[in-house]
Amino acid sequence: MSQELYTNLAIFVMSLLVGFEVMSKIPSTLQTPMMSGANAIHGVVVVGAFVIAAEANSWIFYILAFLGAFFAAVNVAGGYTVTDRMLGMFNRPKKSASKEDENK
Amino acid sequence: MSALTTVASLVYLISAVCYVIGVHLMRSPKTARRGNGLSAVGMFLAVIMIVITIIAEGKITGTGWVVLILGLALGVWYGVARARKVPMTDVPQLVSLFNAVGGGAAAVIGIFDYAVKAGGTHLNVAFSLPVLLDVIIGGITFSGSLIATGKLSGHVPGKPITFPGARLVNVLVVIAILVAAWLMIGLPTNVWFMVLGLIASLVFGLLMTLPIGGADMPVVVSLLNAFTGLAVAFAGFVIDNQVLIIAGALVGAAGTILTLQMADAMNRSVANILAGGFGTGDSNSSSAADETPVNVKETSADDIGLQLAYANNVMIVPGYGLAAAQAQHEVAELAKLLTDNGINVNYAIHPVAGRMPGHMNVLLADVNVPYDQMKQMEEANSMFENTDVSLVIGANDVTNPLARESGNAISGMPILDVDKSKSVVVIKRSMSTGYAGVQNPLFSMDNTQMFFSDAKKGLADIIASTKEYINQ
Repeated sequence: MSQELYTNLAIFVMSLLVGFEVMSKIPSTLQTPMMSGANAIHGVVVVGAFVIAAEANSWIFYILAFLGAFFAAVNVAGGYTVTDRMLGMFNRPKKSASKEDENK
Repeated sequence: MSALTTVASLVYLISAVCYVIGVHLMRSPKTARRGNGLSAVGMFLAVIMIVITIIAEGKITGTGWVVLILGLALGVWYGVARARKVPMTDVPQLVSLFNAVGGGAAAVIGIFDYAVKAGGTHLNVAFSLPVLLDVIIGGITFSGSLIATGKLSGHVPGKPITFPGARLVNVLVVIAILVAAWLMIGLPTNVWFMVLGLIASLVFGLLMTLPIGGADMPVVVSLLNAFTGLAVAFAGFVIDNQVLIIAGALVGAAGTILTLQMADAMNRSVANILAGGFGTGDSNSSSAADETPVNVKETSADDIGLQLAYANNVMIVPGYGLAAAQAQHEVAELAKLLTDNGINVNYAIHPVAGRMPGHMNVLLADVNVPYDQMKQMEEANSMFENTDVSLVIGANDVTNPLARESGNAISGMPILDVDKSKSVVVIKRSMSTGYAGVQNPLFSMDNTQMFFSDAKKGLADIIASTKEYINQ
């Protein structure tokens, strides 16, 4: 096994353990926002979209790079926005009509 | 390490720390929003770093920049527009859609890297295995999440879809995936091997999700969310980028725990849900014309208004029917009317009320229901004995006292002890059974009255009549 693969594998396994640990018990109130928040975090795949776009050099690869960038951007931008909107509803001041309009 | 890769590694490390702490903060309502913000900061850092990296490396072509920026701009525009406009009742399907594209993006990265290297050489298994897992898991979650989105939004029928020979087709598809896997790992590269694997995994995603009823979809969405995390982690192996590995594995693990907790709250096992075919999936479908005529008392909006106007403590029990009828505004209006007249109003929220766990809290918060009026199950159950009127709106199984007995589909499920309150009013469209297909003896109890109506219309009528009595 190469050093590089070993390092990546170790990081992978440790991150899984951290994920299990940090998630232990979630109040049901927060399960939907949490799912959405986790969904936004895997939007980090957008970094991968940059990496492949930098390597693209023919039309088929440009199409793939475009698709990757588009998909990942929807995931990351939409994911954080909708999570923030949901969480913002839990503790906003009572009279926030103007803010609500802004969201619409 | 060059100076750039050193800096990049450190920045990715910081951003990974942001995700972990962010998720940690999201476990409490007070800090949840900050947690999400912190995780977004981590994401921003990672994106800045990769932009600097590709500029410094200078490999990217002009066309590369154009497709990258165009793709990102369209994606950000589309994602943010959908996220801003979505009504809170439709959040589950939007999350599922975002999950689908995340899985799609991970699959695209695997496809790209395999295609770049596909020149008839025999790849090292350290490269081909992550590519394989990335493409296959990404493909499954892409098509599976799209079907889940369709089922939740009603574009695909919510009821379980099965066809004769489905099992055989499933087996064939799994064989196709295994063959593709063997070809990609065992033989010199050929793009068609990967195409086979991709198509088979897309079909598998469809077949996996179609037989599952609409009401089980939230658990499936959560499971597919965890899958996408893993696909992203494998994409990280493929392009040798640690931030993808860390964030992907974090989501994979966290998503798995969340899935188990959701399934647990619904008293179902994940295996049972994936086996499919359970339930009608949607309260709209008029299932189970009840064979056993039960002795129920029907009441009117006028009578309910009278009861509410003269009550001291009112408990509102919102359920799936309220979410489906989008009646949260009416509920909040009624509650405000009562509260303004000195009546003590609370909401009893079952962990799985609404479309997914915690969804009801979001719906009610959206219409400005004060957070302290939303009582979680344990607290609510201690309050029912002192409740004059429990107003059950579109909830069924979560109030069914049969859950306390053994030998039926909902045995052992935690329920709201609505039957302990002095009087119960149930607003429901018909006597049809709930999702679990079990009759609810609550409806025929002496202190229960039924009001057959759509939640939205029924509540509007009740508000009108309550106003009359209060103003007298």
